[in-house]
Amino acid sequence: MTTLNSRVPEGPIKDKWTLYKDKINLVNPANKRNIDIIVIGTGLAGGSAAATLAELGYSVKAFAYQDSPRRAHSIAAQGGINASKNYMGDGDSNYRLFYDTVKGGDYRSREANVYRLAEVSGNIIDQCVAQGVPFARDYGGLLDNRSFGGVLVSRTFYAKGQTGQQLLLGAYAAMNRQIARGKIEMFNRHEMLDIVKIDGKARGIIARDLISGKIERHSAHAVVIATGGYGNVYYLSTNAMGSNATAAWKIHKKGAYFANPCFTQIHPTCIPRSGDYQSKLTLMSESLRNDGRIWVPAKIEDAKAIQQGKLKPTEIAEEDRDYYLERRYPAFGNLVPRDVASRAAKERCDAGYGVNATGEAVYLDFKAAIHRYGREQAKIHGISNPSEEKIIELGEGIIEAKYGNLFQMYEKIIDENPYKTPMMIYPATHYTMGGVWVDYNLMTTVPGLYCIGEANFSDHGANRLGASALMQGLADGYFVLPYTIGDYLSDDIRTGKIATDTKEFDEVEKEVKDRLEFFINNKGTHSVDYFHKKLGLVMWNKVGMARNEKHLKEAIQEIQEIREDFWKNVKVPGSLNEFNQELEKAGRVADFLELGELFAKDALEREESCGGHFREEHVTEDGEAKRDDKNYAYVAAWEYTGKPSEAILHKEQLEFKDIELKTRSYK
Amino acid sequence: MDLTLKIWRQKGPQDKGQMVEYKVTDISEHMSFLEMMDVLNESLVAKNEEPIAFDHDCREGICGMCSLYINGEAHGPDRGITTCQLHMRMFKNGDTIYIEPFRAKAFPVIKDLVVDRMAFERIQQAGGFISVNTSGNTQDANAIPISKHNADLSMDAAACIGCGACVASCKNSSAMLFVSAKVSQFALLPQGKIEAADRVRNMVSQMDLEGFGNCTNTGACEVECPKGISLENIARMNREYLKASII
Repeated sequence: MTTLNSRVPEGPIKDKWTLYKDKINLVNPANKRNIDIIVIGTGLAGGSAAATLAELGYSVKAFAYQDSPRRAHSIAAQGGINASKNYMGDGDSNYRLFYDTVKGGDYRSREANVYRLAEVSGNIIDQCVAQGVPFARDYGGLLDNRSFGGVLVSRTFYAKGQTGQQLLLGAYAAMNRQIARGKIEMFNRHEMLDIVKIDGKARGIIARDLISGKIERHSAHAVVIATGGYGNVYYLSTNAMGSNATAAWKIHKKGAYFANPCFTQIHPTCIPRSGDYQSKLTLMSESLRNDGRIWVPAKIEDAKAIQQGKLKPTEIAEEDRDYYLERRYPAFGNLVPRDVASRAAKERCDAGYGVNATGEAVYLDFKAAIHRYGREQAKIHGISNPSEEKIIELGEGIIEAKYGNLFQMYEKIIDENPYKTPMMIYPATHYTMGGVWVDYNLMTTVPGLYCIGEANFSDHGANRLGASALMQGLADGYFVLPYTIGDYLSDDIRTGKIATDTKEFDEVEKEVKDRLEFFINNKGTHSVDYFHKKLGLVMWNKVGMARNEKHLKEAIQEIQEIREDFWKNVKVPGSLNEFNQELEKAGRVADFLELGELFAKDALEREESCGGHFREEHVTEDGEAKRDDKNYAYVAAWEYTGKPSEAILHKEQLEFKDIELKTRSYK
Repeated sequence: MDLTLKIWRQKGPQDKGQMVEYKVTDISEHMSFLEMMDVLNESLVAKNEEPIAFDHDCREGICGMCSLYINGEAHGPDRGITTCQLHMRMFKNGDTIYIEPFRAKAFPVIKDLVVDRMAFERIQQAGGFISVNTSGNTQDANAIPISKHNADLSMDAAACIGCGACVASCKNSSAMLFVSAKVSQFALLPQGKIEAADRVRNMVSQMDLEGFGNCTNTGACEVECPKGISLENIARMNREYLKASII
């Protein structure tokens, strides 16, 4: 059994990373080219890691299931990226970013990792600007900032509502430069289906060429997993349809511990679902909460009339609206963190005040902002006594410049003009804070196997603050992993090329082929999606925004039943040696069916409420989440033993030396 | 609503393809086009038939993975959208809809509606980057001031999602809109100026090598572009290219 050693270096938190970097082993540039590194996933974390490792001189093989790294789901991140630059002079600092992140994560993240994240955040902005990322600028030509939920400063850098896209294209461009030089060998439309270990170390992978169906062996001295989160375990989520947990789950089954699987972020501002056919949910950037006010009708009869389509939101008088976030959390108002905003929306909707036909929506209203901006613009343009129409026209112009693409996206989906009538939003599964357990080096419990970005667990605790996902992905990939991996690889300079014609590769390849053949030969009765949707419903209803012991126990039982049914009755048409999208999905859903159970088991074990994990048994008198630091200030790292229900719990006790553990309050 | 679909089926790159007719019923107007395709595929799987292969991923209009040539238009009717943002309310009960892959010599069919857009990758690798190390040892970001106007224009060009609709809707299968978007993004910024001439020369020559046609200013690409990438970028690329050829 592996013991958990977080390898957090000694010394004061401000100096840990610097002192540590000074001491770690380096690899001579001439030796780097003889060392192979495999990177799985080429989003922000994997793409930036692949580019930097190649630039340092390592030979990199990068794998992506899409046709291009530019399609990775990092591209969909809208609002921005945090960095403690203090360009606004509003009091930001590394410490403050560190503090906000630890507090926002409800004191369940690892202090040393978070401080390092804050410390390198400023470099990320410098790096991206140098790469030509077109961040928003003010009229003086300097970078502009906006603020996000859970913080009181403006530290978010953005490129319209397409920040993720622009940062990803930056990393992608850096990769392209290395691909052109031959330092990165890029495997598009390839999926990693398992890991190969030799003498306990990660030494390669088995991958499938998704076009030809050919099974391939690839060896390396180290393997990096950067495959993002597992939100699609809910079927409906804001993740891309192809986002999956396969790589992370396969390494878990081969010895990597999986940490805090129940920490999943339910994002408050998504477009509500409309019907059973729905394939995914669309996020509206949290940055909208800077200018949008969230409300539901104050009177239940108004809410009912709206649900029945008899009343329009614009017909409800100001005094009959309940701006419940501003009412409950006066200090942060509409900018409370995501977990708090999501639960508050659910609370109102559960009480019957929801505003669409299903009663599962609240309003996000821009009327006040349009007026405010309109009046300001009128002044700027020297228009005295502007008409109401003029004010609205000018105000809408500003809103369009800030959020135009989001408003357009909303209008296409809902067929309503959000400039004229408030948006409807509802929480949806978004980001997973849990993931593969890693130490300070970002190495898993398997030597030579690393995990970065959303796929690991370390930085966001039980809730991630807005604009911090992009920051972590790029920090890990550009600035952390390239150092720490060298420390490990310095022992490998004499190893030479790893052969792939060994019994270890034979065995894993056979496992992979047997599994694929099973799917094709099973000739069952139900499609893969049928099982995925069933799993998703159990997850949402019983392991969703609020959890309790009874439901969690039922969920575990039900997931086991769905899994059993899946292995008996799944149907996958087509054949192995061809482009077969149903076969791809089958393998991914098989993994979700196991991960879902561990997720529920983790939620059952954690008898407290914290961040995105809300146990109904643990609430304060005024209905807020109640944490239990005495008993649960630890990372739950699960060891696989053959069945998710029999996973063994290992605890990494979290230490808070620089931040006092306090009840989180946004009032 | 009930619809008749005529869909291009092609087993593999070497096989001959053909249009095959399918019927779908009870389609809700609130569905996205791809959700309608999901419904069709579910019914095919139920009948032990092979589902129709098509590319898609984020389903929120940003990854650029989804393609489809619908009723003779890249990403179908409606403007400024990808196929995943196309909703069935754009169609009427009883309609016949033609669904084909993006057609261009440089985009060979992989299977059914899935095409290979790797030519775009090779063009980007030929010069679609700024040659700066990813060490983090660059100058402070605010040491490179950029006028808001240029930053905004650069952003507008950088918004290209690389879906290939421009190529599919061009009568010459030209990739000029795509290539010019990247060239423009950098041409409008002070970063990367030093290698601007090499960048445009290399990207343009790779574009030609890939077998894309030339631009004859028809403007169909701009009309069909889901991200509203402007034709002005092509003019800017031509200027950059001219400049590069005389220095």
